[in-house]
Amino acid sequence: MERDTEVELARQLIAGNPEAFDRFVEHFRAKIFHYSWLMCGQREDAEEVAQETLLKVFESFDHLRDPERVRPWIFQIAKNACLMKRRKSVFAPSKELSLDEFLPTMSHAGGHGKLQIADWSSLPDDRMLRSELKGVLEQAIGELPENYRSVMLLRDVEELSTLETAQILDLTEDVVKTRLHRARLAVRQKLDEYLSTSPARGK
Amino acid sequence: MASHEHNEKCKEVFSLLSEYLDLELTAEACQEIEAHLVGCPPCIEFAESLRKTVDLCHRYQPTELPDPLGQQAREQLLDAYRKMLAGRKPVS
Ligand SMILES: [Zn+2]
Repeated sequence: MERDTEVELARQLIAGNPEAFDRFVEHFRAKIFHYSWLMCGQREDAEEVAQETLLKVFESFDHLRDPERVRPWIFQIAKNACLMKRRKSVFAPSKELSLDEFLPTMSHAGGHGKLQIADWSSLPDDRMLRSELKGVLEQAIGELPENYRSVMLLRDVEELSTLETAQILDLTEDVVKTRLHRARLAVRQKLDEYLSTSPARGK
Repeated sequence: MASHEHNEKCKEVFSLLSEYLDLELTAEACQEIEAHLVGCPPCIEFAESLRKTVDLCHRYQPTELPDPLGQQAREQLLDAYRKMLAGRKPVS
């Protein structure tokens, strides 16, 4: 669902039109569930976070002054619900990733520098629809340290802006940019490993 | 380990790639990166793989979905919504 549609549904609900209720709930429930599932790692917790978040959303709908902000507003509430729920050390706790660990390797065979990289030319294609690559991507995101995972989920999966993400996570925009770049590099590396080891599956 | 094999400009580009892809750099910084990319195939190839990584995230649709919303949970939400509406001060 596009952000425009979400905004329209939010407007209708704010105007007191309950016809938008079920679509709104179904859409955001799946989104919040997914974010929390990748943040907490537990289905049960993620379902509770989704319900608690939506409850808060409906109780305080009038606090959303600008319906354009419905997505970041809901993720702000979801993030807090998720923090309350989080069972520590589920997987990949917070730590720092350094840029240098993702610098690509060069080989100098034959004089000219050449990048050691998988063949990415077949992407993106319908492989994204196949569960294998999707699974690799999901796992790569899931293995990110928590402080990077939350940034990447909000920026690249939920497509929130740098400013919105910074506000939700209570970080500066510069920190969001730094973490996003390292998270992307880490995920890129995992995808690269996958593409290098399964060349025949490409076509 | 391999870092000494990269020249400084490549490393600088490498550190700015996400901001470059997200169009968050100044026009000058952006031009500077493009000027380098034109003459550096390894950096182009790397940038392309990073761009595709981001693109995959945008296209990604979750495999894991919640169980269907139960009747009771739905009622709870609808109730909260109705109460919120009822609690508004009448506009006159
Ligand atoms: Zn270069």
